[in-house]
Amino acid sequence: MTADQLSTLSDTLFSTSVGLYSLAVVAFCAQLAFGRRPARERDLVGASAGAGASLPPAGARALPGEPAPVRRWGRAAMLLTAAGALTHTGVLVARGMATERLPWGNMYEFATAVVLVAVVAFLVLALRSPGLRHLGLFVLAPVVVSMVAIGLFLYVEGGPLVAALRSSWLAVHVSTAILGFGVFFVSGIASVLYLVRSRYEARGADAGSGIVARMPSAATLDRVAHRTAVFGFPIWTFAVIAGAIWAESAWGRFWGWDPKETWAFIAWVVYAAYLHARTTAGWRGRPAAWVNVVGLAVMVFNLTYVNMVSAGLHSYGGVD
Amino acid sequence: MTITAPPREAATPPPPAGPPAARRLGGLLLRQWRRLTAMRTAIVLLFLLALAAIPGSLLPQRSLSQSAVSRYFADNPTLAPLLDRLYLFDVFSSPWFAAVYLLLFVSLIGCVLPRALEHARALRTPPPPAPRRLTQLPDSTRLATTLPPAAALDAVEEELRVRRYRVVRRDREGSAELSAEKGVLKETGNLVFHLALVALLLGLAGGKLWGYEGSILVPEGQRFCNSFQQYDTHSAGAMVDSGDLTPLCVGLEDFRATYEEDLTAASFTADITHGGPGEEGESTTIGVNDPLRVDGDRVYVTGHGFVPRFTVTLPDGTTFDDVSAPFLPTEQSTMASEGALKLPDLGAGAEDQLALQGFLAPTGLVQGGILTSIDPRPLAPQVALVAYRGYLGLDSGLPQSVYSLDASQIERDRLTEVGRANLSAGETMTLPDGTTVTFNGVSEFAAMQFSHDPGQLWVLGAAVAVLAGLLGMLLLRRERVFLRAAPAPGDGGTVLDVGALTRGSGDGAPRFAALTDDLRAVLATRADSRTTRAPSGAAPETGGAPA
Ligand code: HEM
Repeated sequence: MTADQLSTLSDTLFSTSVGLYSLAVVAFCAQLAFGRRPARERDLVGASAGAGASLPPAGARALPGEPAPVRRWGRAAMLLTAAGALTHTGVLVARGMATERLPWGNMYEFATAVVLVAVVAFLVLALRSPGLRHLGLFVLAPVVVSMVAIGLFLYVEGGPLVAALRSSWLAVHVSTAILGFGVFFVSGIASVLYLVRSRYEARGADAGSGIVARMPSAATLDRVAHRTAVFGFPIWTFAVIAGAIWAESAWGRFWGWDPKETWAFIAWVVYAAYLHARTTAGWRGRPAAWVNVVGLAVMVFNLTYVNMVSAGLHSYGGVD
Repeated sequence: MTITAPPREAATPPPPAGPPAARRLGGLLLRQWRRLTAMRTAIVLLFLLALAAIPGSLLPQRSLSQSAVSRYFADNPTLAPLLDRLYLFDVFSSPWFAAVYLLLFVSLIGCVLPRALEHARALRTPPPPAPRRLTQLPDSTRLATTLPPAAALDAVEEELRVRRYRVVRRDREGSAELSAEKGVLKETGNLVFHLALVALLLGLAGGKLWGYEGSILVPEGQRFCNSFQQYDTHSAGAMVDSGDLTPLCVGLEDFRATYEEDLTAASFTADITHGGPGEEGESTTIGVNDPLRVDGDRVYVTGHGFVPRFTVTLPDGTTFDDVSAPFLPTEQSTMASEGALKLPDLGAGAEDQLALQGFLAPTGLVQGGILTSIDPRPLAPQVALVAYRGYLGLDSGLPQSVYSLDASQIERDRLTEVGRANLSAGETMTLPDGTTVTFNGVSEFAAMQFSHDPGQLWVLGAAVAVLAGLLGMLLLRRERVFLRAAPAPGDGGTVLDVGALTRGSGDGAPRFAALTDDLRAVLATRADSRTTRAPSGAAPETGGAPA
């Protein structure tokens, strides 16, 4: 295939992924709509109250106690999500082949990759602990919104990299930044849901209708948020260090408080605050979750505002 | 966190009642110190640090771009001086930013040093005795076996050692106990992480104090030496003595920029020579992402541009060959550049100086008399020149940019326009008095930067330690397992009470279940082999009743 054909293929796959994710959202909605409060839920609450463990062990694939339509919709939703992740991977692979370089040289590619990491992180979590599949709607809906926004506002044709980006540090720094960001994305969503769910639980709302009733328990959500943040934090730390090493050879200093660097630092500090908050009396629970949400807001701000509005050395976004 | 350490807040002693003033002051200080080194304070300070960094990214900063700050002053003449008084254009070197991070680091040291001492002690002491009531630990269960107590504990101890626990056997009040521990490196990781942050800060500070940086534009064929007089701009830390700079000179032989088909810049490379003053020097090639590194000093190519070259011939036939000045690019994608050429020494006196101000297009296109640049490569260089005559004001004592004329001289009619023209290479313009200016073409210049940062390797080492500590702290689990053996009533077997404490990755329960399952299996095999040797023994009991 020629480079042009590959580029077109990449764009087609992008639309296909958005389509598949949208169908997954519909299926996740249906799963929630048809389901009564899942019986599993009670097990989760019980387990977390009893022994501090709430993620069901791996391998417990079938969710007993779910009516057949719910299970069917749930399976369809997961399959659609996985199919979307495949075509989504194809977007980047085709881009990379068309441009003969790593497919994260501009904001469009970077953001697309971040969303892919988030989807894959969700898939991994949901495969390991089926109880978390009920998060699907809440992960996939922001994913679809993000993808549409990326397609509308960030799209650029694939092209060669500017000289400063031609370094093996692109692979190291940007890949880890994408990985960290994608994981934080899932973490932030879990904290948002935790905030919603914990208010619901505090009100003593009983099993019943409503989407909130079918979410995983607040304890589970809190644990997912923390675990993913714990996973993401060293990755982000590494990404920042790798960025500094790269900056030393590309810009003549390893740290210069360029806006992008500044916001990467701010995000790092906020996530450090989150990890502390989780283990500090008086901050556990809702305050800590808010810190995590602020962390995600900082990450998104860094990707969007800092790239597009402020002028710095990192202005490789390719968006005018 | 040490498992046995009580929460910091709880450690605050109650204020002693009615003590003498000195003691009261001491108590107050102690209380404030405890408050400063509490985790809550750390969180608040972390937040403050994040907040404090924000204005540094939203307002222009002197450290990044002096010209952006000047523009901000011009655009906001009333607001800017106010912000300046709050150091908002120098956020990262401002006293209040320093106050936040210094407080944070004092808090960190105050929090971590005592823990480091305690941890050093813990590393050398065996795991603590089992708590009296094992059932009160977060995870606990009871195992039963037909083995006698000592043999049962032997089997368990062996298994735990295989799993790399540190194990201690104790006898207390007649019942045999076993304490096992692993993952002490988690705490080590935590301490390494936090202390490495301090080391990182020290490295940064040292680099700032003893480091310096200078930038200069070097046309092809010229060289510069590392001294502050030569640099166009430089900055240096407080401890730098300008006499002590590394004696290094760098000459630019050739500069090349290559472009992709769509005119994306693909590479910038500079062939340079470097060596001590007066030396011939070694040749190498440097480029973007590939600086020259010699003994802790680095030389970078940070940009490039063009130097238009002219021949000026006065009416009397005096010829100035090859006069030139670097023009600064105003648009990176087309390398459209602007600059000025000042000729104060034409021999006609202070009031009859010549200046050329102009626009350079490496590949020019003239449409309706307007010259624009359409390609960053010097394929068809053209200049649009305005010639001035008069007094340049160079000796007025006020500093002047080398890259532009002093506009106030033009406004005050000290400099008057005497001609303008668009010239391609080889073309000539003639001024009213007969002076001719010939555009000979362009050569290139490289923007170079010399950097000296003695803290750099130290910072890198600290950063690696930060990461290593972080991984240790986040990935390791600290587990303590306690067992107490008691003879089972009746048949000569043993009942083992097991309890465990886990720190890190909260999921203690499944792990504990797996561990006790394995212990049960080990005990069963042991008991089996005994029964095979002594077939009269009772059948091993494998099921354990949960506590
Ligand atoms: C530059 C500032 C700091 C940063 C970036 C930082 C970062 C971190 C991180 C990422 C963790 C891991 C949390 C986890 O295990 O999930 C941690 C743990 C910890 N930090 Fe800090 N920290 C800082 C300052 C402080 C200060 C000032 C204190 C003391 C007041 C402190 C005390 C602790 C303690 C006790 C833990 C262990 C928590 C646990 O194991 O449960 N840190 N820190």
